[in-house]
Amino acid sequence: MSRAVAPLPTTEARRSPGPWRTAVADLSCNRPATAAAVVLLIVVVVCLCAPLYADHIAHTDPFQSHVSGTTVVDGKTVPVLTPSSTGLGLGVTPIGPTWDTAHYFLGSDNQGRDVMARLLYGGRTSLFIGVTAALLTVVIGTAVGVLAGYAGGAVDAVISRILDVIWAFPVYLLAICLSVVLLTDGLRLGPLTVDAGSLWLPVVIIAAIYVPYVARPLRGQVLVLRNKEFIQAAIGSGAPALRVMRREVLPNVVPTAIVFLPLMTALAMLTESALSFLSVGVQPPDASWGTIIEDGLGLLYTRPAVTIAPGLLIALTTVALNVLGDGVRDALDPSARLRGGV
Amino acid sequence: MLYFALRRFLSALFVMFAISVLVFLIFFATPGVDPAARIAGRNADPATLAQVRHSFGLDRPMPVRYLLMMQHLLIDRDLESFVNRGSRVVPQIVQAMPVTLSLVVGAAVIWMTVGIVMGTAAAALRGTLADPLIMLVGVVGVSLPAYWLGEVVNLVTQNRLHDTVFSWVPPPGYVELGHDPGQWALHMLFPWLTLALLYAGIYARLLRGEVVTALGEDYVRTARAKGLSERRILVRHALRCSLIPIVSLFGLDFGALVGGAALLTEVVFGLPGVGKLTFDALQNLDLPVIMGTVLYAAFFVVLANALVDILYARLDPRARHA
Repeated sequence: MSRAVAPLPTTEARRSPGPWRTAVADLSCNRPATAAAVVLLIVVVVCLCAPLYADHIAHTDPFQSHVSGTTVVDGKTVPVLTPSSTGLGLGVTPIGPTWDTAHYFLGSDNQGRDVMARLLYGGRTSLFIGVTAALLTVVIGTAVGVLAGYAGGAVDAVISRILDVIWAFPVYLLAICLSVVLLTDGLRLGPLTVDAGSLWLPVVIIAAIYVPYVARPLRGQVLVLRNKEFIQAAIGSGAPALRVMRREVLPNVVPTAIVFLPLMTALAMLTESALSFLSVGVQPPDASWGTIIEDGLGLLYTRPAVTIAPGLLIALTTVALNVLGDGVRDALDPSARLRGGV
Repeated sequence: MLYFALRRFLSALFVMFAISVLVFLIFFATPGVDPAARIAGRNADPATLAQVRHSFGLDRPMPVRYLLMMQHLLIDRDLESFVNRGSRVVPQIVQAMPVTLSLVVGAAVIWMTVGIVMGTAAAALRGTLADPLIMLVGVVGVSLPAYWLGEVVNLVTQNRLHDTVFSWVPPPGYVELGHDPGQWALHMLFPWLTLALLYAGIYARLLRGEVVTALGEDYVRTARAKGLSERRILVRHALRCSLIPIVSLFGLDFGALVGGAALLTEVVFGLPGVGKLTFDALQNLDLPVIMGTVLYAAFFVVLANALVDILYARLDPRARHA
């Protein structure tokens, strides 16, 4: 520096707020993103209250069938399921929405179970799978991407080829293959044991199939970082590879990894619902929004609420996650906005 | 160019091989239960189990098993379902393929047209209400579960309104193109629109960004200096270059559709395509059928992607050296 530098004011030198704080400030100024965060918070809190609703308001067990149960509508006792009057009269028509939170608010499914209570429990499952699968994907994807990008050579070649193959495999088909095989007897991979029918099975499957979505872009980023002076300096000063990856490379890719989190959660939730709809996702007795839509398939024209309600909730949650994700991206990577993203 | 096409084709072959190995490992080498029991379906009798063991060479080394699987699938094409005895898997897939292609190609035509028109319009009208609108359509498109949207469409067109506004909508099902093209299009209309809605918004959004960037380029300034009309600049200069990334995204989405969203849409609209075949097989855990549909669909997707890449290189010579 040849230019004379003005001495910093000694009294209370103003510190710049730092990248994280700037990002949070940016995000909180972004109105659509804040609204999305509020919506998400409400959905999560409401779903977490599922047992409270089932036990204290609706007084029902949403996992037990009540084929011959009765309920009260307008002061009159009516059966939950009535024999179907159309066709051969073989099926049953469950009670429709009563709009009374104590008695089948959204009606019942064809096993006499309270749809509203199942919706809340299903939301817990869907959110749990979405969030944990996304976390797993991002953590594994980051680790793999950093390792491949930093190590280079044979390690990179092997990892990249494997990622390419998974990437080229249509995601749903891969998930279907894995689910259909693991559904019968669970997964035993070294120390990792997941029982068939456990909620962790869809989590592991969904997390695995999306790893390339995170690992590939991060690997590219690390390849660029690796040639930067500060990394070269760290290597030159004799820091072991692990330490360079952890202390120098990782902090620079964490913002990108965080950008992936809400978007991956939305993707994971959609995948979970699709797999559950195909009956290879969440297994009974557990319910998720996808399985409730499947339950409603035969009732579409008589009791559309069973199908509509969980679908609306999936749409609401994933729209909110995507809007929040866009906001997080704009906050952490301001250049994305300048590049002409809408 | 020829060299690039050849190289891309070879790499597609490698990926297909790797995918087939992956599928093989998933079905035959996952630790746990005996693969014969899985393939034979629920409650198979010992004779069936023995037949499965023999036909897939389950008492022989791994590479032999892999070759046997591929022989049944690709060379002899005599893979049989053990749940529905006697039904051959490969002819079923071949029969179902045109249905899936009808659905995906028709939807792709609609969403590409709508996406390109909307995206270009939004770029021309940037800074107006068109921007938030297009963003909203795009976000909603990526967020809706495809099968659920299909059910809602069915509910609207087949239920109460079916007597009045939508009386012209046929019940869900499929009519072959060669049999009656008019009925074919009528039956496919809502499935097409459903799928197209999921994608049109994302394409419009992406294209808008590309066109806006292109409008700031030097060649657009040159075109203006030459005195070309704004419309000609937009359509012939800016849009043309902006379409290149759209083509490559299209390749990926087309593949994802064949192996994903189209599968679910077929189920909802009762279209007897590969997706419906897979869905029915999943209900019975009929593994040979799933093995067949997955491999055939995956191969198709890999080939389609390779073709798109070659097309891309033709449009944009820079891609040949990437």
